[in-house]
Amino acid sequence: MVQERTLPQFQAPAAPISTDQGLVLYEDMILGRYFEDKCAEMYYRGKMFGFVHLYNGQEAVSSGVIRSLRSDDYVCSTYRDHVHALSAGVPAKNVMAELFGKETGCSRGRGGSMHLFSSEHNLLGGFAFIGEGIPVALGAAFQSRYRKDALGDPSADQVTACFFGDGTTNNGQFFECLNMAALWKLPILFVVENNKWAIGMAHERATSQPEIYKKASVFGLPGVEVDGMDVMAVRAVAQEAVARARAGEGPTLIEALTYRFRGHSLADPDELRSKAEKEAWLARDPIKRFESYLLEHSLTDEGALKEVRDRIQTRIDDALTFAEDSPEPNPDDLYKYIFAEG
Amino acid sequence: MAETLLFNALREAIDEEMGRDDTVFVLGEDVGVYGGSYKVTKDLYEKYGELRVLDTPIAENSFTGMAVGAAMTGLRPIIEGMNMGFLLLAFNQIANNAGMLRYTSGGNYKIPMVIRGPGGVGRQLGAEHSQRLEAYFQAVPGLKIVACSTPYNAKGLLKAAIRDDNPVLFFEHVLLYNLKEDLPNHEYVVPLDKAEIVRPGKDVTILTYSRMRHHVTQAVKGLEKKGIDPEVIDLISLKPLDFDTIGASIKKTHRVIIVEECMKTGGIGAEIIASINDRYFDELDAPVVRLSSQDIPTPYNGKLETLTIVQPKQIEAAVENMVALKV
Repeated sequence: MVQERTLPQFQAPAAPISTDQGLVLYEDMILGRYFEDKCAEMYYRGKMFGFVHLYNGQEAVSSGVIRSLRSDDYVCSTYRDHVHALSAGVPAKNVMAELFGKETGCSRGRGGSMHLFSSEHNLLGGFAFIGEGIPVALGAAFQSRYRKDALGDPSADQVTACFFGDGTTNNGQFFECLNMAALWKLPILFVVENNKWAIGMAHERATSQPEIYKKASVFGLPGVEVDGMDVMAVRAVAQEAVARARAGEGPTLIEALTYRFRGHSLADPDELRSKAEKEAWLARDPIKRFESYLLEHSLTDEGALKEVRDRIQTRIDDALTFAEDSPEPNPDDLYKYIFAEG
Repeated sequence: MAETLLFNALREAIDEEMGRDDTVFVLGEDVGVYGGSYKVTKDLYEKYGELRVLDTPIAENSFTGMAVGAAMTGLRPIIEGMNMGFLLLAFNQIANNAGMLRYTSGGNYKIPMVIRGPGGVGRQLGAEHSQRLEAYFQAVPGLKIVACSTPYNAKGLLKAAIRDDNPVLFFEHVLLYNLKEDLPNHEYVVPLDKAEIVRPGKDVTILTYSRMRHHVTQAVKGLEKKGIDPEVIDLISLKPLDFDTIGASIKKTHRVIIVEECMKTGGIGAEIIASINDRYFDELDAPVVRLSSQDIPTPYNGKLETLTIVQPKQIEAAVENMVALKV
């Protein structure tokens, strides 16, 4: 058997955070968690269809990275895209409506769980095939550099954050795009959410070099390993990578070590991951950990945290009502959106 | 009027559009410093710089996806496939993202991009460099597919393709780059969705595209001597097909022969026959005939290669036969 990679010991960074910033991150993580829990409930009640991949356990990565971006930066996701969309600012009601296949969904009911899009929020998409979002994200990053350097627009300093999993890092598009991003110094963050498993394929069984961040070095870009269960740590590396990208210093590969608390999708029986492994990671729940951080550093109190949780619960309930009450797409519009007009 | 080679007509189209719109850029293998493997981007690197004429590494699927991302965020990329066959390596990005993403996103994004380059059977280039991908890509929703055939239409169509807000697969033919034609000095654009009536006639409709247009033209010379008056239509747009023009011709001639360079199975002609049966069955006086390439990998040997694609004599014989069986 392959020897499993030992989880490194991380030193929590001392990057300061204000109460307001802390509560923004907390709210974002709670939103992600509660949204996904509601999705599981709706799926099992037969209200949601198709393949639904939940993000529980990985919230520190989405919140830590995307909340370090500006609203005009770009986000590119995978099939596990609900929470990235939420962190990017797509309203929960429009994501929920999309999962219900409704016209009010962010992809107008044409996309579904794995194809969330919002041009308004610069969400480039949920991409359902492994690795195919990376080149698209690279294109958005190229566009920023093109506007800045070919068209001379100094305000074109947008950064693109591209998320994908450990399984993707054995795919050619990953390597091809690391190469081009470094070659052309593109403003992009490659964020690997290493949750150890590609459905039933353990990461160590799929790759000759399990330490993904080390793969950056051969392309000459920085590779950083970070505790993906610690939003403060993710935020710290993301801020540094965003600053580098925005300054025109090129891409960064971030490997966030994390874990999904549920199966690959809601259709996955999840029989291969050991109970001990799951328990060890559940004990590292990023939300509980961040609650402790906020309280230990006297940044907030339990009452304020509860207020956040209650507010988000209401938002999720409202999103559900919105999704249920929204109309289905008009059958007359079956062919709409095949081609852009004009 | 200026006598222009087809590859220069394409180059002029790109140059004019890059001058007109600074979001237009070219990317691909050897498009920059080298000037393009068929010199369609010659000197543009010097004129527009390394970002607007971007030499890419040999990574077709990734640079195609990169163009999709650039198009989604407001640029207008032109990908040069050094050989269109290489785009099999980019099939996923072309199908899933260039083709389907606008629909899947519920209209959130548009993808204004052109994917152009040499296709078709050349002279003994071997199977992999002799592909006709138009047939493989025609089932992908959201793509427009265009094939140029003369310097005049090459220039006007490419300009239209660059201005179109949708992904356009633009097929050139490896053996047509040195065709010459006098082109107007004034600017012109040729619509992407209109077939071209190459020769009006009354006896039979010949539907063709790309290099086969020229084989048909050769065949027509012999047919004219025999008193046969065929109508020759260059499809131009392979997807969507221009059924206004095709239908009007069928209503006049009631007979159709399709001459194509793609293979017979699942080819462009197969789709046309099915659509004609749907729309114009009652107009037909004879079953539609299609002359296609053989269903084989294009052989290297010159004689076998000639046998693989449709020759003018075969076209002449097929038309004669159809007219002789006049009902």
